[in-house]
Amino acid sequence: MEAVVSDAPETLMALTLTVNGDRVRVAVSPTRTLLELLRYDLGLTGTKQGCDKGDCGACTVLLDGRPVNACITLALSVEGARVDTVEGLADGPRLHPLQDAFVRLGAAQCGFCTSGVLLSAKALLAENPAPARLQIKQALSGNLCRCTGYTKILDAVEDAARALCSKGQQP
Amino acid sequence: MLTLPPFAFARPTTIEAALDALATGDALLIAGGTDLLPSMKQGLFAPKTLVSLGAIAELETLSVAPDGSLVIGAGVTLSRLATDPEVAARCPALGQAAALVASPQVRNAASLGGNLCLDTRCPYYNQSEFWRSALGFCLKKDGDVCHVVPKGQRCVAAFSADTPLPLIAYGGSVVLRSRGSQRTLPLRDFYVADGVKNTVRADDELLTAVVVPPQPSGTRAIYRKLRVRQAIDFPALSVAVCGRQDAHGNVVALNIVVGAIAAAPRVIAGLDALAVGRKLERALIERVAEHVRRQCQPLKNIDLDPGWRREVLATEVTRALEQLSSCGPSSVAFGANPEATEETS
Repeated sequence: MEAVVSDAPETLMALTLTVNGDRVRVAVSPTRTLLELLRYDLGLTGTKQGCDKGDCGACTVLLDGRPVNACITLALSVEGARVDTVEGLADGPRLHPLQDAFVRLGAAQCGFCTSGVLLSAKALLAENPAPARLQIKQALSGNLCRCTGYTKILDAVEDAARALCSKGQQP
Repeated sequence: MLTLPPFAFARPTTIEAALDALATGDALLIAGGTDLLPSMKQGLFAPKTLVSLGAIAELETLSVAPDGSLVIGAGVTLSRLATDPEVAARCPALGQAAALVASPQVRNAASLGGNLCLDTRCPYYNQSEFWRSALGFCLKKDGDVCHVVPKGQRCVAAFSADTPLPLIAYGGSVVLRSRGSQRTLPLRDFYVADGVKNTVRADDELLTAVVVPPQPSGTRAIYRKLRVRQAIDFPALSVAVCGRQDAHGNVVALNIVVGAIAAAPRVIAGLDALAVGRKLERALIERVAEHVRRQCQPLKNIDLDPGWRREVLATEVTRALEQLSSCGPSSVAFGANPEATEETS
């Protein structure tokens, strides 16, 4: 890997990453966060801008499979990485089992936290296909929801885990 | 929407190149960025250059030295610390403390070095520039008054990191490198009670690694963290206890470190005279808890009543010592892990 240096704040720097399976090459300012890159440069507005300082989890995306807060991740720090957002969850018109469970069980109300919650849940199920309820709570502990009281979200993740296990699918 | 102030960006791939970039002046180091970036968005820091440590592989190693010490690169993430088998075997309370930091998202990005160098926090400091300007700013940033201690001359923002407490209790050290020099110092001497800058790290130094010495057989350590929510929050109070008893239950060694009280962690003095050679039973536990309470005077540097925090500190120390001695109920209240009592051998 080569060292990357920008001499001045206004200099745009080249960045290559993979977003939802597509290789993307863009020029970004050093001050661009990953969240701003996704929403304002790539038009992927499914990732939400909430507190913008790493508290609420609305901007959660998967960075090489692990959930991170995109609002406090510098775009230039994800050079060469794989980023997955909520737009990459569904398979064409077919919802991901997590999305399907969230719709059926009413786990999304205002919906602002939902994309972040879905990605935290996806990372959990990839690591642990049959999590206990406490493990789901711990995995979602960085995602604040002000509508549901969390119960329906936990129910939906349990439901999706069962659906994925019965189909023998990978989350 | 909170935007970052302008800065230039360097992403070196070696420690030497990072030190060169740091030595250019007005540069700050960034690893996970989970502490620095929110603060930059609030106008608390505006460096000319950010030097990223994310591409330096040497900082991400975790190895056991020939003498049995665990050497942890400063770039190791908190999630890795929380699940690493060597950490679990040799210094489990460190893994437990790492697992209690913030949220899964933050732990996946945040580094051990960043947690050790975490900025102190205060309700009058961690605010937007607009909010701070309404009070005429404060001692820690842009002003000359302290709103916590109105006539105070020294910033008392709270030490809010979790991992340093068990590391100090285990007798851990930090390795600091600058261009052409390197020094190792005990972590307990790394911190100073000044909320503006609470470490002795020079501006051109990089904390490269943490060394945890091998623990004598039978050493047990516990980390307890009090906070309003069981996730995301910084500690309102934190306690690390590390100790050892002989076959008769008599205390051979006992260290207690308290956090979130002042700008530096408080290493409790006088424990050898009080506890060593005595059985860790109810009477001694109560005496030690009272001893700790007397040495700690919480301030209004956290949004919880200081008097209440002081009383609860005695309770937290009691619970930690009960867990240590296994002579009482293994309480799991206030954020302690169910597995909070571990034994190293």
